[in-house]
Amino acid sequence: MKNFFICLVFVAVISAILQQFLPWWIIALSGFIAGYTIKQPTLQAFASGFAAIFLLWIVYAYMLSHGNDDLLAKKVAMLLPLKGHVSLLFLVTGIIGGLVSGTATLTGRLAATLNSN
Amino acid sequence: MKFFAALSITIALIILLNVKLGMAPPFGKFLDPFNGFWQNAEQTKGWSDNECKLTGLKDETKVYFDKRLVPHIFAKNDEDLYFMQGYITAKFRLWQMEIQTHNAAGRVSEVVGEKALDNDRMQRRIGLGYGAEAAQEYISKDPESKKMIDAYCKGVNAYIQSLKAKNYPIEYKLLDYAPEEWTPVKVALLLKNMANMLSIFEYDIENTNFVAKYGKDEFNKLYPDFIADEDPIIPKGTEWKFDATGNKLQTNNSAKRTESPDFFANIIQKPDEITGSNNWAAGGTKTKSGKPILCNDPHLRLSLPSIWYEMHLVSPNMNVYGVTLPGSPAVIIGFNDSISWGVTNGGRDVRDWYQIKFKDDSRNEYEYKRQWLKAEKKIERYKVRGKGEVIDTVIYTKFGPVVFDKNFGTVDSKKNLALAWTAHLPSNEFKTFYQLNSGKNYDDYINALKNYTCPSQNFVFASRSGDIAIKQQGRFPIRNKATEQGKYVSDGSTDNNEWNTFIPTENNPTIKNPERGFVSSANQHPTDSTYPYYYPGLGVFENYRNRRINHLLTEGKDIGVDFMKKMQTDNFNLNAAEALPVLLSLLNQSGLSESEKKIISTLLKWGHYNNPQEIAPVYFEIWWNELRKLLWDEMTDKAVPMKQPSFYVTVQFLKNDSTSQFYDNISTPQKETRSDIVLQSFKKIEEILKEKEFTEVQEPYANDKSYNKNNVNPHDWGTYKATKISHLANIEPFSYMNVYNGGNLGIINATNTSNGPSWRMIVDEGSMKAYVVYPGGQSGNPGSAYYDNMIKTWADGGYYEANFVKTGDELGEQKLFSITCKP
Repeated sequence: MKNFFICLVFVAVISAILQQFLPWWIIALSGFIAGYTIKQPTLQAFASGFAAIFLLWIVYAYMLSHGNDDLLAKKVAMLLPLKGHVSLLFLVTGIIGGLVSGTATLTGRLAATLNSN
Repeated sequence: MKFFAALSITIALIILLNVKLGMAPPFGKFLDPFNGFWQNAEQTKGWSDNECKLTGLKDETKVYFDKRLVPHIFAKNDEDLYFMQGYITAKFRLWQMEIQTHNAAGRVSEVVGEKALDNDRMQRRIGLGYGAEAAQEYISKDPESKKMIDAYCKGVNAYIQSLKAKNYPIEYKLLDYAPEEWTPVKVALLLKNMANMLSIFEYDIENTNFVAKYGKDEFNKLYPDFIADEDPIIPKGTEWKFDATGNKLQTNNSAKRTESPDFFANIIQKPDEITGSNNWAAGGTKTKSGKPILCNDPHLRLSLPSIWYEMHLVSPNMNVYGVTLPGSPAVIIGFNDSISWGVTNGGRDVRDWYQIKFKDDSRNEYEYKRQWLKAEKKIERYKVRGKGEVIDTVIYTKFGPVVFDKNFGTVDSKKNLALAWTAHLPSNEFKTFYQLNSGKNYDDYINALKNYTCPSQNFVFASRSGDIAIKQQGRFPIRNKATEQGKYVSDGSTDNNEWNTFIPTENNPTIKNPERGFVSSANQHPTDSTYPYYYPGLGVFENYRNRRINHLLTEGKDIGVDFMKKMQTDNFNLNAAEALPVLLSLLNQSGLSESEKKIISTLLKWGHYNNPQEIAPVYFEIWWNELRKLLWDEMTDKAVPMKQPSFYVTVQFLKNDSTSQFYDNISTPQKETRSDIVLQSFKKIEEILKEKEFTEVQEPYANDKSYNKNNVNPHDWGTYKATKISHLANIEPFSYMNVYNGGNLGIINATNTSNGPSWRMIVDEGSMKAYVVYPGGQSGNPGSAYYDNMIKTWADGGYYEANFVKTGDELGEQKLFSITCKP
């Protein structure tokens, strides 16, 4: 379980740094590296990668939107369409990012097991 | 195996979330808080003074923003001034300026795909880009204009280059594309786009169809050149102090119009009745201060981001304030420390259609004066998103481009229509505005207008020294009255209706300091019938707002700013005041129900003001619209488009013609009479009100302070009309729905459901104070609090005092933040 948190923090921190310069999908690379290097059960690898970006994206999105009084989030939540529910928009944001990083972390873990076999 | 499955899933997910799927944005890219739309959530407390370094600037330039986010630019020379104008405009309006020029250039399909292709083809076929290129070439020959426009473009590009993808306006992220370099030809395109918006409403095709079907007598009656209540811009009976005999048309004046038996289809979408604009200036004899007060409110399609961007530009050469067109340098409507000016649409026909006969299917040659002339072919390439390149050949004749032919907009492959349009002429409208911006007096104003070509505009003027004036400016072909040139589709195989000379600009209708103490325009006839040149209108010259404005200004004494505010937001419906007594006198009231009698009594008590809380305007609006539909049902066949006669003519027709072929409803077997259709349309009032689901005015959109869900009548005018201010890409959550306000077509406050006063400005030359408002906000970002913050004030008839300061420090409490830019 300790590795779950190490992996989570690793993915979140590396992604937060790399995302300053690189496109969004770089979260898959940090997920892959973490998955490859940090030993844990495959499902747990997925969960830790997922949780890392799920949390990172939601927390950052929340910070940006909070300073904006959710003005834009309300409009985008009408557009997508989520009937204007900003909380759903945060959730969707987290899930989309989380899915990519989760599957990437899982891929990394599977690659590591493939190599060790 | 598992590894490959996981790898494939990861890669597939990334690809899927990184591309635009149909209308949906690329979700991963879009939702990523580091680069996606969350970055556009403008921080409400994020404004603080900052500095920037901009290569291309010559000297330090400072920009102060006031509490409404209006930039006050202080530059040490004009080039830096325009550089910063470009930079700041792009900072707040980049997406808008680019999509508008893409639209003018026929390039929207590059962004949104095939659905925009027809519109793109239309824009290129009418020659908007062709006109812009001609203008750009002409402008570049004037070193001063070129220098300023280049500086503006450099400023825009400096901003674009400073952008990272995460800073792109949200629309780029939604539609998944990137901004491109700004160029002088885009400035020209923007002005041509305006020309198109303001001169598209001519009815040559519709008029030709009407005459072919009903003959010339009915035409002259329903579409008269002048009406009895004419109240032109230049007062009736004013003498023309110029000799027009020298400027004659170079063709056979005795040529007669040969009536074409043909009908034409037309796919140009036009509004039923034009909304227009108002401007006026009261001179010192009329005002309390003894100095002029100038007012202007141009009516356009209301949009977000707003068509206008408010700015204050200061250099050693000028101190000018007003609204700018995002994408083009200089202030378009505004004032400086010596003069003020404003515009309304001139309303004269500057587009003519010519039927072209090609020699054969190769379309290499066309007939002209019994000869075959070589046609030029221009290949237009469209990079349609998701489809690849589409090619369209446009043929250019000596009249202009062939817009409608076998490949576009027509069902009959033999009909080719070429368009002549003053927007195709080389022109330098920028110079007009540049010279107005730094103008000092009447002579500077007249001199500045010389360069102005298209669209024709009525430029109102007032100066601190006490002069008022108005001039209709544009380039107008000298027309052949014998053939009523310009009213109908012309035969392109003769030169009978060809343009070859233009009215000298000094002979354009002008008046300075008239005896009545005021000047005004509201898209009405510029002159009475004694004007030495023949000219048709775009559609119909205004008959109501002009009379109301002139009435109020004639009555007004000791006029101050409050009088003008009340006047600009005046809701008096002169059309209703004249039409309603006619309708009521023709209505057979014998068999009416109790509720219908109540409608009558409400209408009888009405003072003809289209105020938002009133119910009578809804009754009148429905009755009037339904009656016109029944009366002019002969003109609704889309295959043979014709124009409905104007409101004014309709009232006169109903009053004076007891019988006519037009009273019959062509879709019923029986023969209807005048009183039949008056009664039928009256009965529609209740029917439609029952059917129509009113959009409930909801917070935060209900701007009316007295609004209360429990006591509002859901059928009142403000709710029924429900003005909508649409986002430029029609993205509904970015639009502002159901604005509760008064007004309508033909009313000074000409706000209907989609159009209205896009800027209200009152300049008091006595106190040098100005009061302004527009239905939008300074920021083009839907994620900004400044995106739509002025709409409520606008709808309630409120104004803001412009901060017309001499230095940035003078802003004091009004300052929000500043940017200091150094080279």
